[in-house]
Amino acid sequence: MTEQKKPIVEIKNLYKCYHRESLVVPVLYDITFDIAEGEFLALMGPSGSGKTTLLNLIAGIDKVDEGSIHVGGIDITNLTETELAAWRANSVGFIFQFYNLIPVLKAVENVELPLHLTTLPKSKRREHAEMALSMLGLGHRMDHYPSEMSGGEQQRVAIARAIVTDPTILVADEPTGDLDRVSAEEILSMMERLNQDMGKTIIMVTHDPRAAQRAKVLRHLDKGYLNDAASQNPL
Amino acid sequence: MLLLKILFRNAFHNKLRSGLTILGIAVAILAFGLLRTVISSFYAGVEAASTSRLVTRNAISIIFALPISYAEKIRQVEGVKIVSWGNWFGGVYIDEKNFFPNFCVEPTTYFALYPEFVLDGLEKKAFLFDRKGAVAGRKLAAKYGWKVGDAITLKGTIYPGNWDFVLRGIYRGRDRTVDETQFFFQWAYLNEAVKKMAPVFADKVGFYMVGLSRPDVAADTALAIDNIFKNSQAETLTETEKAFNLGFIAMSEAIVTAIQMVSFIIILIIMAVVANTMAMTTRERTGDYAIMKTLGFGAKDISFLIFGEALVLTLTGCLIGVALTFPAARIFGAELATYFPVFLVSADTVYMDIAAALLIAFLAAIIPTRHAIRIRIADGLRRIG
Repeated sequence: MTEQKKPIVEIKNLYKCYHRESLVVPVLYDITFDIAEGEFLALMGPSGSGKTTLLNLIAGIDKVDEGSIHVGGIDITNLTETELAAWRANSVGFIFQFYNLIPVLKAVENVELPLHLTTLPKSKRREHAEMALSMLGLGHRMDHYPSEMSGGEQQRVAIARAIVTDPTILVADEPTGDLDRVSAEEILSMMERLNQDMGKTIIMVTHDPRAAQRAKVLRHLDKGYLNDAASQNPL
Repeated sequence: MLLLKILFRNAFHNKLRSGLTILGIAVAILAFGLLRTVISSFYAGVEAASTSRLVTRNAISIIFALPISYAEKIRQVEGVKIVSWGNWFGGVYIDEKNFFPNFCVEPTTYFALYPEFVLDGLEKKAFLFDRKGAVAGRKLAAKYGWKVGDAITLKGTIYPGNWDFVLRGIYRGRDRTVDETQFFFQWAYLNEAVKKMAPVFADKVGFYMVGLSRPDVAADTALAIDNIFKNSQAETLTETEKAFNLGFIAMSEAIVTAIQMVSFIIILIIMAVVANTMAMTTRERTGDYAIMKTLGFGAKDISFLIFGEALVLTLTGCLIGVALTFPAARIFGAELATYFPVFLVSADTVYMDIAAALLIAFLAAIIPTRHAIRIRIADGLRRIG
């Protein structure tokens, strides 16, 4: 029997559909589940199953049609756009498949970017950014532009950017989808460390069973429905 | 500060596109500036007109003359300080290609009335004492290499024959707005010749220039002068020098309007070019903006980046265009000095250049900004990869 932890994300009766002109395309049906604090959850499922949509809703970058999502006790479904933006800045770290770094900024500036929405002074912002990059083994790459780095290094910069604000949750959408096997393993190991050593709650969408094996909990979506049971990762 | 860094680096990220856009803006601003300067040069005479001078001409048309006897009567009108007169001579130097404005004037009063034409004391004296003497502007003398003492012959187009003069003086303008391409000689010289050739046209003047004791009496004095000659054979029309000069511009109004329209069309074209550039860059950066929104940056920050980028591009182009306008205007003015004797880039033209650049930046960035702000983050992120 595993120890019952306090849920950090609570999703209740979630519905989501997209509108394509006059067409209504349902994406998620009646999703209800919790994510415990410090969990490393992998959301799996075939293409079009609604994994990325669910992740976007949890991260507050899309709006639900029905239902509610509480993250860290805050009902994010009732927040206005401005409130949501402020909430995201404080509470969510994002890791994307294509790294999504700002190409005109150096590695350290990319990591520093989210700190500009905090009250930290300039020197502290730079200090935090450098620390995050050093932690991810990129101390020697601080002044390099994304185009001067490998995919694996760019993804590490993205992870540094995601954790630099010390967010409540980390969301990762196919974080290894664009990487070779060695780089993918490195990234997954880092995420594992973030979860185990720093207690970060990570929600990861992936197609890749190898990536999913690193998560503690697996959940499956199929055609917008959540398979009720969360399975503990056998590894 | 980091947003400013992003703004500037974005503006010059695609060097070829930014360079071509800036070049386009610079050329457009240069063309706009030159056209505005052409329009200003049309109005240079109006701007330079004195408020204490009136011009009296034949009420029917300027091509009809007035009797010289009017001079004494005008002098007696209250508010009149000085009266001078002159005729448009319309002569050409060697052939028709060498055209420049040339007048015969009553020399003593004329130079008293027009202190903006600065003539050396000795040269003025020599001019007054020589019936065949003439005075030319500095630019005109430089153009033909004339020096004081040179003999100059003009071919008359209104008054037939060759007219010989001796250059007795070269005047310069009191400031840069004064026309230095004119040629003056003594009215008496023309009148004496006309008396012999066609006595019926003798003792006639084309216009009177009237100096006032105070500018505020202009309206009353003009009315008083015209009242004296009411119901005479040659009724007069007296107006301020400014109104008189504006009357000449009115004859070329269609040209001025056309130039004005072309100058604004240039702005519209460049606005479309910048709008296109901004639309392309914004479309390319949809993902970047989506990421920034994801991280918590708001519409204000995204607007700052897009409007700022448009502003950086247009103002860079504008500054280059303005800097190029001055040498270009000098070359243009030198080549076309006969048609545009005063061709100076005014401060107003520079302000209009900057205003045009700001307007271009603002209008070109509106739609891309609106698009970048309104696009859903999820849709913006989908554009990446």
